[in-house]
Amino acid sequence: MAISVSRPCGQFKTRYRNDTTLFATPVTRAACIAGIVLVALSPLVLDSYYLNLMIQIGYYGIAALGLNILVGFTGQISLGHSAFFGFGAFASAYLNNVVGIPVWLAIPLAGVWTTAVGMIFGIPAARIKGLYLAIATLASQFILEDFFARADWFSGGSSGALANPFELFGFAFDSDQAFLYVVLGYVVVMYVGAANLMRSRDGRAFVAVRDHYLSAEIMGINLTKYRVLSFGVSSFYAGVGGALFGIYLGFVSVEAFDILLSIQFLGMIIIGGLGSIAGTLMGTAFMVLLPEVMEQLVAGIGQVAGDIPALNSGLAYLKQMSIGLAIVLFLIFEPDGLIHRWRLIKAYWKLYPFSY
Amino acid sequence: MNWELLFQLVINGLIVGTLYGVVAMCFVLIYKASQIVNFAQGEFLLIGAWTCWWFLTTFGLPFIWGFLFTLIFMMAFGIVLQVVVLRPMIGEPIISVIMVTIGLSIFFQALMNWMFGVFVQPFPPIFEAKAVNVMGLNVQPVYLLGMAISIAVMIGFAWFFKFSKMGLAMRATAFDQQVAQSLGISIKRVFAMSWAISAMVSALAGVVIGVVNGVSSALSFIGIKVFPAVIVGGLDSVIGAVIGGLIVGVLENVAEFADGQFLHLGNLYTIAPFYVLIVILMVKPYGLFGTPDIERI
Repeated sequence: MAISVSRPCGQFKTRYRNDTTLFATPVTRAACIAGIVLVALSPLVLDSYYLNLMIQIGYYGIAALGLNILVGFTGQISLGHSAFFGFGAFASAYLNNVVGIPVWLAIPLAGVWTTAVGMIFGIPAARIKGLYLAIATLASQFILEDFFARADWFSGGSSGALANPFELFGFAFDSDQAFLYVVLGYVVVMYVGAANLMRSRDGRAFVAVRDHYLSAEIMGINLTKYRVLSFGVSSFYAGVGGALFGIYLGFVSVEAFDILLSIQFLGMIIIGGLGSIAGTLMGTAFMVLLPEVMEQLVAGIGQVAGDIPALNSGLAYLKQMSIGLAIVLFLIFEPDGLIHRWRLIKAYWKLYPFSY
Repeated sequence: MNWELLFQLVINGLIVGTLYGVVAMCFVLIYKASQIVNFAQGEFLLIGAWTCWWFLTTFGLPFIWGFLFTLIFMMAFGIVLQVVVLRPMIGEPIISVIMVTIGLSIFFQALMNWMFGVFVQPFPPIFEAKAVNVMGLNVQPVYLLGMAISIAVMIGFAWFFKFSKMGLAMRATAFDQQVAQSLGISIKRVFAMSWAISAMVSALAGVVIGVVNGVSSALSFIGIKVFPAVIVGGLDSVIGAVIGGLIVGVLENVAEFADGQFLHLGNLYTIAPFYVLIVILMVKPYGLFGTPDIERI
C-alpha cells in the first residue's frame, strides 16, 4: 500500500524490467540529480557550520544505510553498529599510519576489513534471531569497545589514533569545503550501490529472508549465507562511514563509539523508515539536526524568559533526552518513519483537490 | 595462588550474584508475561535508588518510610509506563518493542543525570556496625541484609507464582495469551502488574546497591549486566535467571582474580560475562533452563 502511492496513478508496467528500475519515475531521477548538484554548489553560499552538518549527515548516513540493509531489509537486529563504525575509523588510520597505504585507498580497504570482522560477529546470526541476536550483538559492541581500548598496536589504546587528511593527486581535502565533495562522492556511490543491490538477486533474497524466512528457505535461499552476508554488507557500509568520520575529525578515540551511538544509528533508520533507502538519509538528517535544534531552542528560551541556569547546564542531557524521546514517539505515532509521511504528502498533492 | 583472596572474591560474587539474580528475575518476569525485552531495567534500579535517596536526604525520612514510599512510587511508575508507552506497542514487530525500551532507557538515564548530577552520592548511614565477621571474612551488614532480602524476594516470587491468583493468571498469560483471555483473565491488568512488580523489585535491588556503593549513573549498567545472566539461564526461566545471576556474579569476580594474578589484561571484570554470553549463544542458544523455540510450518 505504501508502495502504490509512490508510483503514478495505476500500474502501467508491461515488463519486469520496468518494475526494478533504479528510480521509480523520471521525476525522481531528476530530483536526485538536482539534489546532488545543489549539495555540490552549496559551499559557494553556506558557511562552515552548515557544511559541517552536511558532512556529518553524509558519513553517518552511509553507516546508517548499512544498518538499514541489515535491519530494514534482512530483518536482523544489531545493537553493535557503532563498534563496526569505530572499527572502520581505526582500521583506516592503522592502514594509513602503520602500513603506509594512501588515504584514498585506505577507506575502501578499511571497509573490506570491517566486513571480515562483521561477518565473524555475524556467525551467531546463522543460528539465532530476534531477541537473542540483539543481545549477541550487544555483547559484540562491548567486546569490540574493550578491544579498542586495549589494543595499543591497532588503535593506540586510550590515547587514540591520528588520521591524516584525504589526499588525491597531491591535493589535500582538509577544509570543510573540499571534504564535502569527498563525502558527497561516497554518499552517491554507496546509496546508488545499495539501491542497485536491492534490485539484484541477493537484495531480493534479503527481503525474502526478512518477510518469511521459512518460505525463503523452501524457495532455495541459503539462510546462513544471506544472514552472514547481510552482516558483511552492513559492516562494509559502517566501515566506510567510520573511515570518513575518522579522516574528517583527524583523530580517532574510543569514547566516540559507545552504545549510545549504536542506539542513535538504530534511531536514524527507525525515524527515517525501515527498509527505505531514501528514508535512511532523512532519518540521519533528523538525528544530526535534532541536537542543533535543541541548542537553538534552549538559546531561544533563554532570550525570551531570561537565563535559566538549569536549562543551560543540562543542555547535554536535554540532547540525549530528545533522542530517546524522538525514538519512542516515532515508534508510537509513526512507526513507518519519515518516508511514510513523505509518501502521504506526495499522495495528497497528487490527488489534490479531489482526494478520495 | 592466593586462596584467601579467591575465597573472598567468590563470596563477594555470590552476594552480588544474588542481586543480579533478583534483577534478572524482574527482567524474566516482564519477558514471560508480555514478551517484551526490557532494556530499561537498569534505569528502574537507577530511578528507584535516586528516589529513595531523595526521600531520605531532602525530607529526612527514616529509612524504612523512605523505602516504602519508593516502592509505592515505583509501582505507580511501572504501571504508568506500561499503560502509556508499551500498551500501544502490543503486536508490533520485535525491533520496535526493543527500540522503545532502549529509547526509554536513554531518556531516563539523561533525565536522572540532569536531576541528580553525575557524581556518586552516598546514602545516609543506616547501620551502626561497619562490618560483620562471617567465617573469618569481613562482610558489610548491608550486603547481608541485601542477600537476605533477595532470598526473601525469591521465595516470595515462588509463592506468588505457585499459589496467588494473580501469579497463576500471569503464568497462564505467559503460557498462552488467547486462552488466558478466554478464561476471563484481564491481560491488560496482568501486563500492568508485571511491570509494576518488576519496577518495585528492581528499585529494591537499586537501593541495596546504592546503600553499599553510593548512588550514581553506574547503577544502570546493572541492566546491561543482566543480559549475560538471563541468556545463561534462559530467557523465560525464573529459576534460570537466579542461577544465571549467581554464575555471572561469581564469574566476573573469578575473572578479576585471574586477571589480577596471572593475565594482567585489565577490565576483564566487565567484559568476561560477554565472552561467555557469545559462547553460550553459539553452543546452547536457549540457555540452561530456557524452552527451545520449536517452529512448525
